Amino acid sequence: MPPIVKLLAQRIALGLLLLFLVSILIFVGTIILPGDVAQSILGQSATPEALANLRRDLGLNDPPVARYFAWLGGILQGDLGTALTSGQDIATAIGSRFSNTLFLAFWAAIISVPLAILLGLVAVRYKDRWPDKLISGVTLASISIPEFLIGYVVMYVIGVKLRWFPSVAMINDSMSLGEKLSAIAMPVMVLTLVVLAHMMRMTRAAILNVMQSAYIETAELKGLSGFQVIYRHAFPNAVAPIVNVVMLNLAYLVVGVVVVEVVFVYPGMGQYLVDHVSKRDVPVVQACGLIFAGVYILLNMVADIVSILSNPRLRHPK
Amino acid sequence: MRIPFAAAVGLSFTAVYFLAAIFAPLIAPYGMAEIVGDVWEPSSAEHLLGTDNIGRDLLSRMIYGGRTTIFIATVATILSFVTGSTLGFLAAVLGGWADQALSRFVDLLMSIPSLIFALVVLSVMPVTTGVLILVMGLLDSTRVFRLARAVAVDINVMDYVEAAKLRGEGRGWIIFREILPNALSPLVAELGLRFIFMVLFVSTLSFLGLGVQPPLADWGGIVKENKDGIVYGIGAALWPAVAIATLAISVNLVADWVLNRTTSLKGGRG
Amino acid sequence: MSDQLLKVRGLKIGATVYPPGEKPHDIEIVHGVDFDLAKGQVLGLIGESGAGKSTIGLATMAYGRGGVEITGGEVWVNGRDILKSGLKDVRSLRGGEVTYVSQSAAASFNPAKKIMDQVVEAAVEHGKFSRKDAEERARVLFAKLGLPDPDNIGSRFPHQVSGGQLQRCMTALALCPEPDLVVFDEPTTALDVTTQIDVLMAIKEAIRDTGVAALYITHDLAVVAQVSDDIMVLKMGETVEYGTTDQIINTPKEEYTQALVSVRSIDHEEKLPGIEPVLKVQNITARYKGTNFDVLHDVSVDLFPGQTLAVVGESGSGKSTLARVITGLLPPSSGRIDFAGRTLSPDLAGRSREDLRELQMIYQMADVAMNPRQTVGTIIGRPLEFYFGLRGSEKQKRIQELLDEIELGDGFQDRYPAELSGGQKQRVCIARALAAKPKLIICDEVTSALDPLVADGILKLLLNLQKIEDVAYLFITHDLATVRAIADSIAVMYQGRVVRYGSKTDVLTPPFDDYTDLLLSSVPEMKLGWLEEVIANRKMESAGN
Repeated sequence: MPPIVKLLAQRIALGLLLLFLVSILIFVGTIILPGDVAQSILGQSATPEALANLRRDLGLNDPPVARYFAWLGGILQGDLGTALTSGQDIATAIGSRFSNTLFLAFWAAIISVPLAILLGLVAVRYKDRWPDKLISGVTLASISIPEFLIGYVVMYVIGVKLRWFPSVAMINDSMSLGEKLSAIAMPVMVLTLVVLAHMMRMTRAAILNVMQSAYIETAELKGLSGFQVIYRHAFPNAVAPIVNVVMLNLAYLVVGVVVVEVVFVYPGMGQYLVDHVSKRDVPVVQACGLIFAGVYILLNMVADIVSILSNPRLRHPK
Repeated sequence: MRIPFAAAVGLSFTAVYFLAAIFAPLIAPYGMAEIVGDVWEPSSAEHLLGTDNIGRDLLSRMIYGGRTTIFIATVATILSFVTGSTLGFLAAVLGGWADQALSRFVDLLMSIPSLIFALVVLSVMPVTTGVLILVMGLLDSTRVFRLARAVAVDINVMDYVEAAKLRGEGRGWIIFREILPNALSPLVAELGLRFIFMVLFVSTLSFLGLGVQPPLADWGGIVKENKDGIVYGIGAALWPAVAIATLAISVNLVADWVLNRTTSLKGGRG
Repeated sequence: MSDQLLKVRGLKIGATVYPPGEKPHDIEIVHGVDFDLAKGQVLGLIGESGAGKSTIGLATMAYGRGGVEITGGEVWVNGRDILKSGLKDVRSLRGGEVTYVSQSAAASFNPAKKIMDQVVEAAVEHGKFSRKDAEERARVLFAKLGLPDPDNIGSRFPHQVSGGQLQRCMTALALCPEPDLVVFDEPTTALDVTTQIDVLMAIKEAIRDTGVAALYITHDLAVVAQVSDDIMVLKMGETVEYGTTDQIINTPKEEYTQALVSVRSIDHEEKLPGIEPVLKVQNITARYKGTNFDVLHDVSVDLFPGQTLAVVGESGSGKSTLARVITGLLPPSSGRIDFAGRTLSPDLAGRSREDLRELQMIYQMADVAMNPRQTVGTIIGRPLEFYFGLRGSEKQKRIQELLDEIELGDGFQDRYPAELSGGQKQRVCIARALAAKPKLIICDEVTSALDPLVADGILKLLLNLQKIEDVAYLFITHDLATVRAIADSIAVMYQGRVVRYGSKTDVLTPPFDDYTDLLLSSVPEMKLGWLEEVIANRKMESAGN
């Protein structure tokens, strides 16, 4: 087997293993900790009989290993269980919310990725001059403010004072794409601001790293123009680190989405998760946690795979 | 020693915040939970920042809130640092299976975003200050572990460490006299970043209603309490943004300066 | 003069430096240099690190590396001052009229592109050849430079060929556009000595056959003497001496040049072997953990008290591994080491403090061999404290004695390593080793990171200290000149084996085995025509076989 295939297979196997271990961690995390699901549903005043009944109904008396495999088996068949608080099927509830979240994240990525790469290039081009300094200053500021506060600042200025977009991002299936986009304009803006800073900084560092290589000097000493140097020599080597940066930041977006959805009361997965954490609805939390972690692991895996695929030493072994 | 302007600004702001946190009861004009006026009064001579959603003095809330936020963030940072750097150094110096076991476990923990992991844990744990600090500190110690281990591994292969081993020095000398002094500056700079991250983290949790519980004030909670005012054009919820941003930038400036100063010390690394 | 190619007048070059914690400021690194080069001629630029020789070389392409900027003077190439030319003209000059060969071809080739694409790029870009003709020319150059499989090597990626081959590819890259001038910047410095001679010959023949002019930059006078017509000696950005190669090598006028020419001519009378060796390495075989091949095979050597055993070999010969085995860092898989009359435990943990004290080590890179956070006093004082329990004024007194011994004066105790020069750092490392009053010091390439004159000083110091302290040295090096200067006995290593071992005279006197012959004849000598002589001899020998 060529080494590159082996490495890819290993990386994918590692991703699957991680996912499996994470599912254990999430499951174990919610059962070994001192909190009691039945108690938190019924409250402190519940009678012992009521608690015992509920425990039995929830299957809490079964051994943990059996419960884990029952849970995992269900998930593999698309059955995420039922919510304790509403009795609703979790998979159905998550379905539309998940696609809403993806819709939001998709548009945030569409805007932020090209913008970040462009601004990263500008920062490199004008390194240590005012555009670079301005960009790094803005970056520092936006890294220093939590996502939800950026959300309210944007809402206050654009939604309330300027009245450009609605303050609350309600969407439903009957809306046209244009209406939907107008509804999510502000959350997209906030998510873009949040990931832009990181992505730009990392893009800048990745390109600078390539531009400082000796082979760039060789290209310059061949009398190539600045554009030719970048296009022929820097670009083929910078693609992998940049894709890596993008993937890592999309993974970061997954977290940002949770908070931003709460701020703009957007009917997505994040909002759903946070609601059910406060209600202590463990099956919902487990299901959402696993999905978020899965997306995160997947994106990190793609980042690594791109690095492997673009490494000339692996693509063309000796 | 001359302190550069940016660092001086950062240092004084940071000091002001920490002093305000320590002496909150002496500085705050009103009590933390004392209702002193109408709902969302605009700023006036009596209430510099106005009042909040149930008529408490917002400036007092901000000062007490800063106390809570800074206290939790500080303790969690210390916890994260002590755990992370101790284990990181040990993993680097011991090597072998101990290093493998610790590193792989940290990889696993880091494969879940920390906010999601915290939410999962908090869904079954009682939300108290102690639990918050523990969850945040331990989750974040994974990052410190990685940094401390990487730095220590780099230093551990240096010839001067080998020279000390060949001299017959014990593990204590190697960790505390050879590795630690050279690992300090990157760790100190990281300390600042971790502290900022903790402030953001606890504020986010409180904002989501899963952090500091009312009536105790904290910056994230103040946003949550006053967010409904935003749609009416009342900016009370935005004050914590100003506070968090200035604190974070100040700490960053100080961390930058510390990093520059220690590396430029006679014999600094690189 | 009609065949004038390059004329440099009053060249001044400055750089912006960013010392940590201080404001960035400008310094001048080349202070007005003049030289001329006619078509087809080779000028050698020689100097120690910091002399500004690479910077001057790049200035002939109107290029400044990093924060380097040409601040004054004129650089005339083919009749125009390129410092006053526009960007477009400079571009047609770079890669067209003037090309560049760097020290590290491995870093200078783009890892993501095939060798051929990179070799022909400049020639095609400047319209000198069509792509097809350029590739044909490249293949001819590959063959001329002695590369294996010249027809297909171009379709490989840089990481798929060896370092010496890549260095030749870089030369082909520079010659492909038929330039008027090639700047060779230390092209053989990173290579092993037996590889260096081949690359050197290939470069020399290519220069002769194509009639191109060259600037040959190096720190090694013996190397430059083989290829250049004229030599300019530089020091700290200024010309020390400028003349024909014959004049510089045979009748140097300046003291500095004389020192460079006579470097490594230390006279060291070889001592006769004693009776009882202080170190007896017996049948050592060793391999690194997780690998499946031995890096040392059945190595046996003896070292007598107060004498020097030089272990010489190229990279990968296992000479540094031998040091790791003797110090206990790498326990051997078989064999035995006797030291000072007792058998040493194979691994470090099993050795007594006395064993550790009597066996000290000095490293190649003094920079990283000293903790940057400790003062010189702490560094030298620690062994005194650790082995002899010295404290307070007693310790201070002994530290000062040691500093005197290594010829550093007062006031060094409180300095940090970063405040010392390269040579001073290595002296402190020597003092640290001596502080333990050892019977044996392992010196691992201790002079190879230093400039030749500084290295000379260190070697003299080591010889002197050996007389005073009666300490034995196991001297690991790849440099045969150093070996001649310091050794009493020599072990030549090749691929993990000792291929030749004995007293210095025996080892260096024919008849030789093949490898030792190759090694010895590959070391550049400070005389004109040496390279041709060696190549001619080798051709005769191979014809004779």
